[in-house]
Amino acid sequence: MSLKKVNPEQPKNFEFSSNYKKIAEEILKKYPNENKKSAVMPFLYLAQKQNSNWIPLAAIKYISKYLSMPYINVYEVATFYSMFNLSPVGKYFLQVCTTTPCLIRGADKIVKVCKQKISEKENHLTKNGECSWAEVECLGACVNAPMMQINEDYYEDLDEKSTVKIIDSILNNKILKPGSYRGRKNTSPENEKKINGNDYA
Amino acid sequence: MPKININGKEIDFETGMTVLQACELAKVEIPRFCYHERLSIAGNCRMCLVEMEKSPKPIASCAMPAVEGMKIKTNSELVEKARKGVMEFLLANHPLDCPVCDQGGECDLQDQSLYYGVDKSRFSENKRSVSEKYMGPLIKTQMTRCIHCTRCVRFSTEVAGVPEIGAIGRGENMEITTYLEKSMDSELSGNVIDLCPVGALTSKPYAFSARPWELKKTESIDVLDAVGSNIRVDTYGWEVKRILPRLNEDINEEWISDKTRYSCDGLLKQRIDSPYIKKENKLIKSSWEDALDTIIKKFKETDPNQIAGHIGDLVNLETTFAFKKFFEEIGSQNLEFREKPFYINPEDKMNYLFNSSINGIEESDLILLVGSNPRHEATILNARIRKAFRNNKTPIFSIGDPGDQTYDFKILGNSTQTIKEIIEEKHEFNKILNNSKKPLIIIGESALELESGGYIFEELKNFLIKKELINDKWNALNILVQNASTVGALDFKIINKDQSNSNFFKNIKNKKFKILYLLGSDNLKFDKNEEFVIYQGSHGDRGAEMADVILPSPAYTEENGLYQNLEGRVQECRKASYPAGEAIENWKILNKLNYLYKNKNLFTSYNSLKEEVLKNIVNFKDINKLPKFKEPSKKINNIFKNEKIHLSHIDYYFSNSISRSSKVMSECRSIKIKTLKSGTNN
Repeated sequence: MSLKKVNPEQPKNFEFSSNYKKIAEEILKKYPNENKKSAVMPFLYLAQKQNSNWIPLAAIKYISKYLSMPYINVYEVATFYSMFNLSPVGKYFLQVCTTTPCLIRGADKIVKVCKQKISEKENHLTKNGECSWAEVECLGACVNAPMMQINEDYYEDLDEKSTVKIIDSILNNKILKPGSYRGRKNTSPENEKKINGNDYA
Repeated sequence: MPKININGKEIDFETGMTVLQACELAKVEIPRFCYHERLSIAGNCRMCLVEMEKSPKPIASCAMPAVEGMKIKTNSELVEKARKGVMEFLLANHPLDCPVCDQGGECDLQDQSLYYGVDKSRFSENKRSVSEKYMGPLIKTQMTRCIHCTRCVRFSTEVAGVPEIGAIGRGENMEITTYLEKSMDSELSGNVIDLCPVGALTSKPYAFSARPWELKKTESIDVLDAVGSNIRVDTYGWEVKRILPRLNEDINEEWISDKTRYSCDGLLKQRIDSPYIKKENKLIKSSWEDALDTIIKKFKETDPNQIAGHIGDLVNLETTFAFKKFFEEIGSQNLEFREKPFYINPEDKMNYLFNSSINGIEESDLILLVGSNPRHEATILNARIRKAFRNNKTPIFSIGDPGDQTYDFKILGNSTQTIKEIIEEKHEFNKILNNSKKPLIIIGESALELESGGYIFEELKNFLIKKELINDKWNALNILVQNASTVGALDFKIINKDQSNSNFFKNIKNKKFKILYLLGSDNLKFDKNEEFVIYQGSHGDRGAEMADVILPSPAYTEENGLYQNLEGRVQECRKASYPAGEAIENWKILNKLNYLYKNKNLFTSYNSLKEEVLKNIVNFKDINKLPKFKEPSKKINNIFKNEKIHLSHIDYYFSNSISRSSKVMSECRSIKIKTLKSGTNN
């Protein structure tokens, strides 16, 4: 589960940056004016993206005024979906999939690395406050298990070594390339390169 | 009419009904938690499952529309099993704390688990627990008991119009709360306690003070505003423990305002328990004989024209009538009921009534507020306006800015000029008005207080007569009075006015009166000088503060009395408890005074008084009925002045002496003041 406790320390103001405001206006155009509150989820997502992966209360207030909705309704949506964070999770938010297929393929080892490198408990920030990790349910990439998600990217076919490498580099503010860490192209088969006589490599 | 088969019985139903409603027609009881007649359908408790032919699974009857030819079974084994299953799931996380729960004895969950549930639990895991939520000084929460029926959420968004309660989280982590645990900013918030089918939301002031089966229940009416909501007064011995709404489709449906519900602790505080006489600037406890003698002595040495009487906001018809009779005996005409000078013309009964009736609000297709703030002047009536706004999309306009009314409305203007333009048919609004078949114009006291109050009222009336909007089928003219005693006082012409409408107030200002008899009157503002002030009432409030003699009398829950609400409906307020200390019923005090003064009784018995009162009510039809319609008379009033319509601030939680004595009301008021100061609720 993601963090659903509202952070005690809250920024006073929130407003979309000019860039995000443009995107927000584009999103609004998709809905008729009387149903503009339909835009609440993309707006919350934008706010989360702008505010380093978490939604402050000021943003909830800002969005509810933007869409003329009661505060509580935006708050309900924000607490309902596990992908909205209401407390800081750091600039780099690692979500390690620990559902059955990933677990069978060794997700527990990735969790162990996270515990060593980032924080002993999940949802706790590193000392510099830039990174945290959480166990999540299936992220839908079972074919590349085990895997984890960092912000919006999937890092797949992991083992202990590659995970250490990825985490070490993000702790040094360097982002590695997402995708398979065993040299696979997307989800293509690894050893059986020929299927029915066709070369899929 | 389409037919539906319920348990083998053919029943006619109306199109648009749900299966549950059809079952009710067939007098079959369906257990339910989330379904409520006056709220939208949620269908989330699953308690109302019934068996439908050709459906493999049981269906939720509250959400299933009834259709011609449906065959429903409510007593089959499948239904019984389904109910048991649902009940078991609901109870899985519900604590077994009925012995310490305030809902015990009137709990839907308790009752229904007795009839439809299983007697054992198979749930051996840990129960979930939810932290308590703060919801203000009126609502006590125990959210572990919540079964997530969402009635409170729907009530706050739909009926109260303040969407502040919501369900956060999901699944097992779902919790009902107000946004960031702020108190609910509504005058109707107390109703969520009645709606809650379990003990999750209970009354904070009533917490742990009584059990429902040990209370004496008296059906009565509320007099703290002019709506006359029907209430049930629950008493334990002398104390009024709580006040609950009583169903009356014509007035309050099943809601009451927070003031009505929670002022009852004021009935126990600040009570006047014996007569007092002021000696050397100190009020000294005295006997009835001494107090009455002092008054009579004073009366005898004063010129009747210098004796004045003022009737308070909570006085019933009998007392008003007896007061008038008593003043006739004395030979004084200086009687008044208004707290501030405002224009009123008591010649026609329709001149001071809400003529369209509260039910009429829902029929109306256009509402115009003229200098009135119904949210604070008549909360329950405002809930009806909101209902019309929500269900019929009735357009609402206002002249003068009343602030947030829980629905959208358009302000046409802020000055009397706008009204003049409408009367002269020069305003854009006239087009809308001409297209409307059943418009409703609500004139508030704030508009009548203006110098052009007479113009606003008489000319608007003439305008409506011209437009044929005042007849026995539809009467668009509505006056929103604020006090329970107003309509009765006007029926008995307790009004002292001249051309300028403010005779009484001028005289009081110019110190013309030597004796001022305040009958339960606490809201009259004047500077006391030489006057001899007699206060007769129940609470030691503003009136008693400046009195020279105080006569204790019962509060509205302590004597039988008739009241006329703002529609002119005569209702009976019944005695639920006993007056404090040595207090004597109001009419008996006046009877005694008259006996001492003139050596004769005003009335021989309460019944003879009541009979005479009913005879003297203008256009009276019957108790609990609206008055008869009489053709309106015309009057011209041309004194017009272009003025700004300023809506006077209403201290909602502090509007009468009982509420002012109530601790709960003062808590509500301080929270309201805090939010007003910070400018926002969040």
